[in-house]
Amino acid sequence: MKNCVGMLLAGGEGKRLGLLTKDLAKPAVPFGGKYRIIDFALSNCANSSLQRVGVMTQYSPLELNKHIGNGGPWGMGGLNSGMQVLSPYTAQDGGEWYAGTADAIYQNILYIDSYDPEYVLVISGDHIYQMDYNKLLQHHKDTGADATISVKPVSWEEAPRFGILNTTEDLQIYEFDEKPEKPKSNLASMGIYIFNWSSLKSYLLDDAANEQSSHDFGNDIIPSMVDDGLKLYAYRFDNYWKDVGTIESYWEANMDLLDEDLQFLLNDRNWRTYSNESNIPPQYIDETAVVKQSLINSGCWISGTVENSIVFENVTIEKNSIVSHSILHPGVKVGRDVVLERVIVMGDTNIPDGTCIQVQADEEPLVIDQESLTNLLLTVKV
Amino acid sequence: METMMGLINLEHEHHFFHELTYFRSGASIPFAGRYRLIDFPLSNMGDSGVEEIAIFTSSKYRSLMDHLETGENWGVGRRNGGLFILPPDWNDPSDISKGDLRFFHNNRDYFNRGKSAYVLVSGGQYVSNTEYLDAFKYHLEREADITLVSTQQKSLHPEHESCFRIEKDEAGWVTKITNDLNNHELFTGVYIINKELLLSLVDQCIAHNEDHFFVHGIKQRLADLKVQTYENKAYGVFVNSMESYYRHNMNLLNEENYRALFYQKPFIRTKIGNQPPTKYRTGANVTKSILGNGCQIDGDVEGSILFRGVSVEAGATIKNSIIMQRCKIEAGVHLENVILDKDVHITANQKLIGSTEKPYVIAKSKTF
Repeated sequence: MKNCVGMLLAGGEGKRLGLLTKDLAKPAVPFGGKYRIIDFALSNCANSSLQRVGVMTQYSPLELNKHIGNGGPWGMGGLNSGMQVLSPYTAQDGGEWYAGTADAIYQNILYIDSYDPEYVLVISGDHIYQMDYNKLLQHHKDTGADATISVKPVSWEEAPRFGILNTTEDLQIYEFDEKPEKPKSNLASMGIYIFNWSSLKSYLLDDAANEQSSHDFGNDIIPSMVDDGLKLYAYRFDNYWKDVGTIESYWEANMDLLDEDLQFLLNDRNWRTYSNESNIPPQYIDETAVVKQSLINSGCWISGTVENSIVFENVTIEKNSIVSHSILHPGVKVGRDVVLERVIVMGDTNIPDGTCIQVQADEEPLVIDQESLTNLLLTVKV
Repeated sequence: METMMGLINLEHEHHFFHELTYFRSGASIPFAGRYRLIDFPLSNMGDSGVEEIAIFTSSKYRSLMDHLETGENWGVGRRNGGLFILPPDWNDPSDISKGDLRFFHNNRDYFNRGKSAYVLVSGGQYVSNTEYLDAFKYHLEREADITLVSTQQKSLHPEHESCFRIEKDEAGWVTKITNDLNNHELFTGVYIINKELLLSLVDQCIAHNEDHFFVHGIKQRLADLKVQTYENKAYGVFVNSMESYYRHNMNLLNEENYRALFYQKPFIRTKIGNQPPTKYRTGANVTKSILGNGCQIDGDVEGSILFRGVSVEAGATIKNSIIMQRCKIEAGVHLENVILDKDVHITANQKLIGSTEKPYVIAKSKTF
């Protein structure tokens, strides 16, 4: 994909993820026992042989920047160093935070122009999916579109959460509704776009000058393109795709990895999911351990029972403890005689002996960190 | 600030690994679920502030090179210095050197170009997680020519028979290097030597038609040299035979040993892989075992070590065994006291049972 620059939006705060994004950008939230959410988009770039990727960061970027580094783990380090972290900056005419998705691209016009690409791929760092962007680009070229939006059919209940596209039979887009109350179709925009750079650039320049605009692709750029009669096509994507925007969907997407039918998400040898690896010794499963239907990463010491759970690196679970339907982030220490059910425990939290936290199946999974745990235990004692 | 350059000398190592070394050097034998033997000397050198490391290797070094790449994973892939894998490359028509002296003679450039005045030498069979900075400090303080790193082994096993023993006076100066089987003070194969001295000893050995740098250059010239000894008190074992390989892997299932060797920071480094976390299915029943990442387990695993990417189907049983990378164990298989080398595929319902003294070994890439 030589003539295409990828622009990855990774500045999101992810407010609806609550505690999970307390000091952490949403794309950097740990996922799947060893990854971070952004690894899926980055691995798609790597597996699609995209050679230039700009990663736009803004909210709490430290962990994210450390994780991405020079893009080495995704095959972009060294000589063909093609990954660049792009943060908001000040210049002679002042400077602003990225005001919206379109503004983030607008502020990086210089970066994109430096490669003089024919196409720009805009993706975001908070979806779990595996997509070959070459196929999207091929579809874009075949239709002769100015812009192509990747779409996925969603359930009618969910449709108001998404940008909804109304298309003709050959998938040409004639109408775009951003988060409509009464959706006319259930084809949702996945927030993945390919544009001809020349036409996108002129829209970005106009949009930046428009004080009424919210500088967002879904709210402003796409509707103006549709209104002006540009050729916009939808590209239908029918494989697994999950927007992990809420605690519930984050928990579900993790649990999906335990589903036999979704093995390919981590185990496809032709479409690997790469991450910033570390050198941690292999896991130790003790004499007293029971481990079923779970993912366990390196550096773990398991002496208790783990079922239907995702366990990140360097987690300790001591004897007589039961962890089920839960997600334990790196470095969590679970003491003895502990019961955890449907909880998400954040990194390095120590769960003292005898703690019992069970969330009912119909309630939202509970996110716990050291601080909230203390408050929780106080209320339990009262 | 004095520094050391590193040398891992794999020439003259006696080993008895049978099937495990059909296609690889002793130093690249997989160990402990994720590592290879070479990872220990390499990591220890990196932790001792060594920035350049050379490896003398004479044969079957494909897997070694594949494993080491640029050395970056061990922190020695630097702009200045780095890792130098030096297979035989003899091109000097006037060269009369023999044995490992040929390596020293033909790679003088490595020593001459190196910026350190001291060389840390190691073999590939002493498995320990330690650093040699204290030994180096001691070497400098004592103004020694050479400092041998020793270890006290409580109980002696067959793998110790080929190790040199150290006898010393009250001030710690080495008086004799022997093969006395009753002496528990063993030479680890690790030593620090002043670079100028090393090069002049190489010249002397070659001039006298000798063929073993340590034996002829140091052991036989002990009377003329100031040789100190420094004891390594960290957990350390010798792996140089099938039997010691099996036993020292199995010993890691004892929590204390595993922590002593692997859970001391800085961790032993190895080639970075890219495997998902290990997946335990509903039929998994795993106890007292060490597992690398990327495994998929649906059967019984007990007292065993599984390397990365092993799959164990429902109804299979694995006991007291070592299963290397990417092996596939089908349903109904029973394995006990078995070592499977990489990429072995055991088809359904087979039974393979070895003994603790003599585990049953299957060479790489076989299907049974």
